[in-house]
Amino acid sequence: MQMREMETLKHSDVNQAKKIDIRKTRVRWGEFLIESSLGLCAMISIFTTGVIIFILAQESLGFFEAVSPFDFFFGTSWVPLFEPSSYGVLPLLWGTMLITIGAALFAIPTGLASAIYLSEYASPRMRAVVKPVLEVLAGIPTVVYGYFALTFVTPLLRKMVPGLEVFNALSGAIVVGVMILPTIATLSDNALRAVPDSLRQGAYALGATSLEVTTRVVVPAGLSGVMASFLLAISRAIGETMAVTLAAGATPNLSLTFLESIQTMTAYIVQVSMGDTPAGGIAYQTLFAVAGLLFVITLILNIVSQWILSKFREVYE
Amino acid sequence: MSAINLLEESIVEKTAGESESIPSQTFPDEVILDIDNVSISYSGNPAVKHVSFPIAKNRITSIIGPSGCGKSTLLRSINRMNDFIDGVTVDGNFIYAGHNVYSSRIDPVEVRRNIGMVFQKPNPFPKTIYKNISWGPQINGFTGSMDELVEKSLRQAALWDEVRDRLHESALGLSGGQQQRLCIARALAMEPDILLMDEPCSALDPISTSHIEDLLFDLKSRYTIVIVTHNMQQAARISDYTAFLEMGDLIEFGITDQLFTRPNQKRTEEYVTGRFG
Ligand SMILES: Nc1ncnc2c1ncn2[C@@H]1O[C@H](COP(=O)(O)OP(=O)(O)OP(=O)(O)O)[C@@H](O)[C@H]1O
Ligand SMILES: [Mg+2]
Repeated sequence: MQMREMETLKHSDVNQAKKIDIRKTRVRWGEFLIESSLGLCAMISIFTTGVIIFILAQESLGFFEAVSPFDFFFGTSWVPLFEPSSYGVLPLLWGTMLITIGAALFAIPTGLASAIYLSEYASPRMRAVVKPVLEVLAGIPTVVYGYFALTFVTPLLRKMVPGLEVFNALSGAIVVGVMILPTIATLSDNALRAVPDSLRQGAYALGATSLEVTTRVVVPAGLSGVMASFLLAISRAIGETMAVTLAAGATPNLSLTFLESIQTMTAYIVQVSMGDTPAGGIAYQTLFAVAGLLFVITLILNIVSQWILSKFREVYE
Repeated sequence: MSAINLLEESIVEKTAGESESIPSQTFPDEVILDIDNVSISYSGNPAVKHVSFPIAKNRITSIIGPSGCGKSTLLRSINRMNDFIDGVTVDGNFIYAGHNVYSSRIDPVEVRRNIGMVFQKPNPFPKTIYKNISWGPQINGFTGSMDELVEKSLRQAALWDEVRDRLHESALGLSGGQQQRLCIARALAMEPDILLMDEPCSALDPISTSHIEDLLFDLKSRYTIVIVTHNMQQAARISDYTAFLEMGDLIEFGITDQLFTRPNQKRTEEYVTGRFG
């Protein structure tokens, strides 16, 4: 007690001796410069997004003046470039869904399993090899995956699956699945490794086996990050273009099986963009209507993922 | 050679001509776990060297000693929590229920079901209070009334009254002291034979600490407790037996009162009084 009083006393002595001034006396120009240039960069990206949304909306409105929204959203036939034309987007939407669902069916279990293996079971040596390989896999241009599908996966599948067309949804779904697998594996691995070791020890100390610790403590605790990795991977699958164009073809199709050629929304956009469709016509405007729909879907997915993240977030110190 | 014999021997050895503050010829309590000539090293660096002492059933044994002397290492190795650290080697025997805990015929999961542990930092699962308690019994195939077990465990840990209205809220909303008592309740729900505690009060305020000390006292009739502590008063207040380690060596083991008031070893006296003064 006495000690502490003496210390405080000494402290105030010092304060009196040294004049302390805490008023603002100078402007920090360096800070100001950095802050404003960072702000400017942020503005550029906001501005670009704004312009894109504006153009999408404007051209889509032009499209919907000619085609009724009902025909667009509920029509089952997509023949925009030839007469007699029809503008039902469902086949394209279905093509995208088929690829996305197929890819997710493959990549979610495999990716989560790899993440669990990497974070809970692999030796540090093993991790040091596998993680960089996964990252390289994630960095391969998607057009390479497309050719891989066309020249390797499809011929292989055609030997095993009778009736498989040259362009087919199955092959597309598989390569897109392979493509998004590293995203799921590395992001989920990060999420699982962020779960503090003290939780694992607590569980082991209650007589849990490794499997119980992993599935009933670690994965639930890292669930928000794991879910985020799924959603990110799914939105990549939805937006994927080159691989599906090459593997799954360009035939708008409401087929229920994975065996036939289909066309996704992105593949359609590529087809029209690379063809000689004249600007301004209705065929040209379909581009914006489809792109707008894609944009809305991705936006909804992002909002849902934010919501899931906040709902599942488990905080631990 | 059992730890009891060693204890007697070492006492005879070390106390020749000194005070008569020795436990009687035979160990006065039933031995539930016998630590017998145990040495532990991390990648070849010894952390615990040839330590032997018995753990008495339904008693509190405290392990004291300066930081880094191997207390946690020794405690963790009792229920094989050391298995998860790379490079650990354990020599010697932990004789429990007629077997060496490190024998190849032993299932470490079963060992941990019977020898529970409470950690220095509270580590509740990011789940509800209720699920924190029910988790262990559930994975171990508990078939009775879970509600009753949860209530009983929380009561034993002196936490029931504070959380009875919020059982289904996240355990992370509890204070540090409440979280630690929850972790104790979680361990008790498994009805362990032995409860190991590594500085369970080090992150707590004096009031929570005294709550937990009272609690340990009550638990003694049903459980055997081994506690690591840096707090000399705490060791003196609550434990029946005390082991004093220094740089991996067991300097002295004995009845707490005697070890604190009339230690046989000069180093024990210096350590114990140094902290008191
Ligand atoms: N995981 C580990 N890997 C390598 N060495 C370790 C590890 N844990 C502990 N050690 C070493 O073993 C010795 C004993 O450590 P231990 O944690 O058992 O000490 P302690 O008595 O519990 O100390 P404290 O009172 O500070 O908790 C120390 O020298 C420490 O550096
Ligand atoms: Mg320690």
